[in-house]
Amino acid sequence: MSADSVVTLDEKSKQLTGESLYTKALRRLRRDRLTVSALLVIFLMVLFSFSAPLIEDIFNVSYTRTSSNVFAKPFTSEPVTEQDPQGGFNLLGTDDLGRDQLARLAYAGQISMQIAILAALLSLAIGVSLGIFTGFYGGIIDDLIMWVITTLNSIPALFLLIIVAAVLKPGATTLILVLGLLGWTGTTRLVRGETLALREREYIISARALGASNFRIMYSHIAPNLLSIVVVTLAQDIGSLLLTEAGLSFLGLGVQPPTPTWGNMLSNSQTFFNKGPHLVIFPGLLISVTVLCMYIIGDGIRDAFDPTIND
Amino acid sequence: MDSVVGSKVMQQQEQTQNEDREVILSVRGLKKHFPITAGIVIQRQVGAVKAVDGVDFDVYKGETLGLVGESGCGKSTTGRTILQLYRPTAGSVVFEGKELTTMRGNELRQMRRRMQIIFQDPFASLNPRMTVGNIVSEPLLVHNVMSKNERKEYVSHLLEKVGLNPFYINRYPHEFSGGQRQRIGIARALALNPSFIVADEPISALDVSIQAQVVNLLEDLQQELNLTYLFIAHDLSMVRHICDRVAVMYLGKVVEIGPTNLVYDNPLHPYTQALLSAVPVPDPEVEEKRRRIILTGDVPSPANPPQGCNFSTRCPVSFDLCYQEPDPPLIEAEPGHFVACHRVL
Repeated sequence: MSADSVVTLDEKSKQLTGESLYTKALRRLRRDRLTVSALLVIFLMVLFSFSAPLIEDIFNVSYTRTSSNVFAKPFTSEPVTEQDPQGGFNLLGTDDLGRDQLARLAYAGQISMQIAILAALLSLAIGVSLGIFTGFYGGIIDDLIMWVITTLNSIPALFLLIIVAAVLKPGATTLILVLGLLGWTGTTRLVRGETLALREREYIISARALGASNFRIMYSHIAPNLLSIVVVTLAQDIGSLLLTEAGLSFLGLGVQPPTPTWGNMLSNSQTFFNKGPHLVIFPGLLISVTVLCMYIIGDGIRDAFDPTIND
Repeated sequence: MDSVVGSKVMQQQEQTQNEDREVILSVRGLKKHFPITAGIVIQRQVGAVKAVDGVDFDVYKGETLGLVGESGCGKSTTGRTILQLYRPTAGSVVFEGKELTTMRGNELRQMRRRMQIIFQDPFASLNPRMTVGNIVSEPLLVHNVMSKNERKEYVSHLLEKVGLNPFYINRYPHEFSGGQRQRIGIARALALNPSFIVADEPISALDVSIQAQVVNLLEDLQQELNLTYLFIAHDLSMVRHICDRVAVMYLGKVVEIGPTNLVYDNPLHPYTQALLSAVPVPDPEVEEKRRRIILTGDVPSPANPPQGCNFSTRCPVSFDLCYQEPDPPLIEAEPGHFVACHRVL
């Protein structure tokens, strides 16, 4: 083959580049309005959380500074009052200690989302690698790991979390580790099941016939085909971990005050429900909206990757 | 007169050629039993599915050996066990003078360059997440035989060879038709320049019009690259067309093996006779008079084969011996034509 024809071949094949399942899924996703709006909401939520210092500057408030202006109602705050001469503008009111709720919600968002995302990633990493491993090798390894999972699952998760949180000092890092190290069982099962099915596919047998190593088969044939279920699991895990974090805070086992999380803000406010209903409504709303959006995203991604749906 | 003498001479030549021909693959007493286990914690083996239960045959260099039989008789398992994709329970597989059953790891990986497989279902045998270029170049990557640029050029050359447009190198399998995908599978199998290919029902999943194309491609490639095929199929007319010799399998055993013409014109085993009588003849008069042998009953379970000859439960000509003596051995009924039946003994 001459050099000329190689060049044209390259150009031509670039023109004829096919659409992978990813690009196809991405195109479908872009047309799915519900999922796109959910993604937008999550993006705004992240933006809001990470602009916490900016919010403090603009409204001249601080998420830690207490004041005598307690239980201020949202949207009623004066820029400067007699009771609070250096106080700022409390857009969403103040809590029982006179701290600005908007700034606290923003900081709490950072911590809550960090916990949910990092714990979900940790459990996903463990779950996927273990799931592929146990599903691929089968036999005694599979039996052993499945036995461990069944045993772990037979202990009610809440009790396990209570015990662990009681032994270890509760904090963001502890929570990430605990939730991540306890949450992998479901993912492992899911991935194992999928791997068991993939392992018998003819393209895996063909890779073996080519002489591909086990690692290569797991890495470049099984793992890419697990992508869609992994992404869905990740989205749903993040949603449910947000709820778990809130639940643990409610029991007093989550991140301890004064560090705010959406969960502990909500659980603190239960005592003041009459005086400051806004202290319940806003963290609750943020948790609900975020969880809902994560589930919608998970659902949308699963549909986008479904090869049986054609457009 | 001349022509008769001529044909006799030719026959003799053929025979001497047969004896001279180099055996590329020799299978002896090959068994593959899949264990049946029971028990929750401690799994005991309570039995075995005898998918392949003592298969012997030789494959000569450059020929096409057909392997036919009904669904579940162990054809595909035989093919895969030969390639060590399933480790055999017993028996030996000697390929190009080397024993495969005891090989492990890297040694076996090196042998895989010489023997390849083409699969039945072109929709399942290509990874949906890989481009055609990546699929076809994977064997080269695994064995690390070429640089990146060489690979690219070689892959487009391979695609051209199997009748695909090399411009499609960046496309994904789901964008192709069944016949095109099968060509991709063939290109992948050819990439390492093997001498022996197991074609595991390569055409059964394709439309009839495409079947002919793929079969012709396989035949052309065989001539061009001096390939040897083990052609697994259940389409008897296709096997007659493409194969030099044919082996008939029933319940994990080879019951008859011989040159295609001899087996088709003079089937000796009652199962082969029944199988061939099921093929309709495209002539209404002949078809009307033709006697069909209709077998009664089902294939026995390979987990629990009959006591005597495997075929005894359905055989129209069975007698006492068939139920008592296990497994009649393969005997040579005519030159090169072997059959395993007590009736023929």
